[in-house]
Amino acid sequence: MNASLSFRGASVTAVIVVLLTGIMAIASLLPASSPVQVSPFIMTLAGKYLAYAMLALAVDLVWGFAGILTLGHAAFFALGGYAMGMYLVREIGARGVYGNADLPDFMVFLSWKSLPWYWWGSDHFPMALVLMLVVPAALAGLFGWLAFRSRVSGVYLSIITQALTYALMLAFFQNGFGFGGNNGLTDFKDILGFDLHSPYTRAGMLFVSGLILAGALLAARYVVGGRFGSLLIAVRDAESRTRFLGYRPEQVKLLVWVFSAVIAAIGGALYVIQVGIINPGEFAPANSIEAVIWVAVGGRGTLSGAVVGAILVNLGKTLFTAWLPEMWLYGLGALFMATTLFLPQGLMGLMHHMPKKRPSEVTPEVTNPEGGEA
Amino acid sequence: MSTEPLLELSHVSVTFDGFRAINDLSLSLAPGEMRAIIGPNGAGKTTMMDIITGKTRPDTGVVRFREHDLTKLDEPAIARMGIGRKFQKPTVFEELTVRDNLLLSLKGLRSPFSLLFAKETAEETARIDGLLRTIRLGRDASRQAGGLSHGQKQWLEIGMLLGQEPDLLLVDEPVAGMTDAETMETADLLREINQTRSVVVVEHDMEFVRALDVKVTVLHEGSVLAEGELDQVSNDPRVIEVYLGR
Amino acid sequence: MAEFAMSGPAALSGRKMRNGVRGIFAAVLLSLLFIQPHNARADEDVFAGLATTQFNTIASSVDQIAQQGGPRALPVLRALADRKLFATREGDGLFIRTDSGWEDARSGASATPDEETLRPVRVNNRVRLAVAAAEAELELVSGTPAERQASAMLFYQRHDPAMLPAIDKALSKTDDVTLKNTLQDARAAALLSPGAPVSDAQAQQQAVAKLKAAGGLDARGVLAQASTSEALDPATRKAAEAAVSSIDFKLKLWGFGQDAFYGLSLGSVLLLAAMGLAITFGVMGVINMAHGELMMIGAYTTWLTQKAVLSVAPALGSFSLVLAIPAAFLVCGALGIVIERGLIRFLYGRPLETLLATWGLSLILQQVIRSLFGPTNVAVTTPPWLSGSFHLGGIEVTIDRLAIMIFAVVVMAGLMLVLRRTPLGLEMRAVTQNRRMAALMGIRTARVDALTFGLGSGIAGLAGVAVSQIDNVSPNLGQSYIIDSFLVVVFGGVGNLWGTLAAAATLGVGGKALEPLVGAVSGKILLLVLVILYIQRHPRGMFPLRGRGVES
Repeated sequence: MNASLSFRGASVTAVIVVLLTGIMAIASLLPASSPVQVSPFIMTLAGKYLAYAMLALAVDLVWGFAGILTLGHAAFFALGGYAMGMYLVREIGARGVYGNADLPDFMVFLSWKSLPWYWWGSDHFPMALVLMLVVPAALAGLFGWLAFRSRVSGVYLSIITQALTYALMLAFFQNGFGFGGNNGLTDFKDILGFDLHSPYTRAGMLFVSGLILAGALLAARYVVGGRFGSLLIAVRDAESRTRFLGYRPEQVKLLVWVFSAVIAAIGGALYVIQVGIINPGEFAPANSIEAVIWVAVGGRGTLSGAVVGAILVNLGKTLFTAWLPEMWLYGLGALFMATTLFLPQGLMGLMHHMPKKRPSEVTPEVTNPEGGEA
Repeated sequence: MSTEPLLELSHVSVTFDGFRAINDLSLSLAPGEMRAIIGPNGAGKTTMMDIITGKTRPDTGVVRFREHDLTKLDEPAIARMGIGRKFQKPTVFEELTVRDNLLLSLKGLRSPFSLLFAKETAEETARIDGLLRTIRLGRDASRQAGGLSHGQKQWLEIGMLLGQEPDLLLVDEPVAGMTDAETMETADLLREINQTRSVVVVEHDMEFVRALDVKVTVLHEGSVLAEGELDQVSNDPRVIEVYLGR
Repeated sequence: MAEFAMSGPAALSGRKMRNGVRGIFAAVLLSLLFIQPHNARADEDVFAGLATTQFNTIASSVDQIAQQGGPRALPVLRALADRKLFATREGDGLFIRTDSGWEDARSGASATPDEETLRPVRVNNRVRLAVAAAEAELELVSGTPAERQASAMLFYQRHDPAMLPAIDKALSKTDDVTLKNTLQDARAAALLSPGAPVSDAQAQQQAVAKLKAAGGLDARGVLAQASTSEALDPATRKAAEAAVSSIDFKLKLWGFGQDAFYGLSLGSVLLLAAMGLAITFGVMGVINMAHGELMMIGAYTTWLTQKAVLSVAPALGSFSLVLAIPAAFLVCGALGIVIERGLIRFLYGRPLETLLATWGLSLILQQVIRSLFGPTNVAVTTPPWLSGSFHLGGIEVTIDRLAIMIFAVVVMAGLMLVLRRTPLGLEMRAVTQNRRMAALMGIRTARVDALTFGLGSGIAGLAGVAVSQIDNVSPNLGQSYIIDSFLVVVFGGVGNLWGTLAAAATLGVGGKALEPLVGAVSGKILLLVLVILYIQRHPRGMFPLRGRGVES
């Protein structure tokens, strides 16, 4: 099969994800004395990696298949996380430090008297789901509609996506914004009545995360696999040509952009449940750029590569920061450069041995910076 | 032939940073007609195509296609109305197969949502097979378009143009880089297309224009310099001056 | 943006101090009234009190010295303020330490006291304030023109009616126009202040008009008080009220001016940061995410240059900043050439990949600096000739910020000159417009690429020098500028230096204008959102390049 169809392996990856998370979930319930028992620490890490894999999948959808290099996808991830975090904070109820059943601790601390309107209904889990899906989708829809309609593309688009997440970060850092300021939302106790710290909840959550990631992989594969997928690639490679065929590329991009934002948001929600904290740092532009490198390492435009890349790079980060904390930034920086220079197709490309015309040195034919989409 | 023109440009002008690319250009095309546009570099041929297809908005003037004013519409709207365009540099979707390229071009579904759930119908399959025969790429149907030769890409693009079933085709330098044999075959193909559709061809290659044997419009500095049969036009002293230099 | 906040507390403490001085001054004046008869005895030794160890005695002695005047009053008071006044441990001998030795405080004759028996005259805050007040009064009569002007200002700010006689006396003795004017302002202010001798309505209104013309916060304070003062004529009160609103309006205008100054200063920092990008991004189409790190390295170069100069030639310490300018340009320019040759040239035509690779590079550069110099701020000193401020009408102009503005303009002019008037600039433009043709004409395009990137990087270094004067220099410095500077380049229109200038000024002034309305952080957010919206409406910035071929 040809390069654009290298995402076919996504269903295999989906099955592997479900199997692995299932096995880990069961192994985590074994007694601590068992040699194959998976510790809670590993479970938390695994949950975090799966959440990041969702973010990477979202980035791959827009970057790999629509040519939109997003430097702000962490914004949707964090928004999804905050939506879930709001519910989890309300679940604490009167067990908080101040013992206030109606107000989260940070609001009591700010001596607020009542919940702001946008917290309405946040104590209901379905509301959390609605917020998690609707808010990022609405923001992505508005932003994408404005951007794609006026044909902002290439690096311009990258830079304003970065500005978007930066603006959101500044906003969420403010106490008055109503989401806990600096500290964000944390100290969660339980979800839907299940104790978040119990091994059973952890095991269940990891398996659910695996199922959701597998589902997202299959959904993404469906979206990019059919006729819409062909159009998506057509738009990526020759956007103006599709216009002369009568297509509206802005609609195509908008659709995949919103879909991708929703996947990122679900990832954010899974992250908050398993890692137990969400703060404005998640909006940092650096996070979004890191997510891009996960995809680049795994292999752009392959779906499975995004998942593999996210897990491998984060595993590397965990190990590096434990053993040689000083070296991590060198490693990450070198990873960025080495991947773009020597491994443009990522690990998946290596596996598939796809020869691609990538001259070692190319002369800039197009001086117009928005001209070539990489 | 009816007296009502299919396409009519009247007094169209456009300026890029003080440079008048198109200067009070008027041109009209009858339904079913094939017209060749020639002119030296910078005469405004490609810009004229850009204006008709909605890529460039003129500063003044009206472009009428049937009863629509094209200057008010954008590219997809104009394309859906029945104007197809082939670019100077062949632009096909290189990562897609020849078949997928043609499938995307087929007249019909255009909204992304409907494409999301669309399945290829038997009718569409038949259309594609027909097109593949027309453009002689039947054996390459499942190859990636990026792997085709230059001439094959030109043909694939013409096939995609036909798939759109437009009433008017705008063809920009279709034989650039082709062998003599390919050039003559292309001329035949365009004449065949002209049986059912109107065509505007921009070309430098005089042999090719001669082979088309149609009315010729000479553009110079953004406006019409001469119009008529090729022999008549090529004897026009003004045209000779423009082409041979002063 | 944090650097601007500092002016707030600093100004506040200044104001507090002045209030304190005012209180003490009133006390001094009060005491002066009571000791008036005493002073008739001219032979009394007013200096004797200084030789005691009691602060109260010292302070009242200061007051007496001021009242009596005389040629020795000022030198003694100044010596006291500078802690150069010494007293003998026994008796009341007073000596001033000079550069060459000692002089007798009372006579000014050089002396050779036994240094073993001397102790410095003790000074506390109350004494210091008394000295300041006394100095002002003395200087009004006998100081240099600048000192007299300064003390006249002090009287104006205190506008104590009790000082009217002294002001009148000084007025009658001076011909200096500026001094006279200030004294008249002081007189008008004193006349309208509570406790002033009863005056007729016409004199009062003249005073109001005088203060209205003077403007400023001090005049406004006096007039606002006067507008509610029962002691004054009703017509005067009304006139005072009108004058207050007129002054308010003027103050507001000056306030706008001040905001504009801050905004332009912020804009010039943005301009410096964005200019290098305008070259690498606008001319070459290269997205260099490590641009901020090059600025950071420019700032560290400044720091290292200062350290080096201080250790080699401490006398030149205050001019090390001048040396840092070429140093930072060369260091960053050379680094830029290395980056272009080692990384960027493999990625031409793939702008998004360039973005990722240079981001990786930025992480490494940060970590290198962190490993070498530590993660915390390093202290870059501001040379004395860049410190301080002056007033331009009602606008306080800080010299370092003014210098950065001038520097930004000079760098921009230099860059324009390089692009338009030098062979390199010509080659750069040729390569930008048609690489293949340029190569055919014998231009070594690879060399031009390297030099262009080096030029852009060198300018980043220059921006680093400027930023080191107003911002914390730490390995994270670059991060805070990168998004802003990209926005400036994109907002202004890529490949257009004038657009970059306009965008930097707009964003700088816009940010400052929004700040008082919605707060600093919200202002920043709002500005980001506005720029995002603007770019979506005008994807090619304020000054786009038009034409066939640009579009596709």
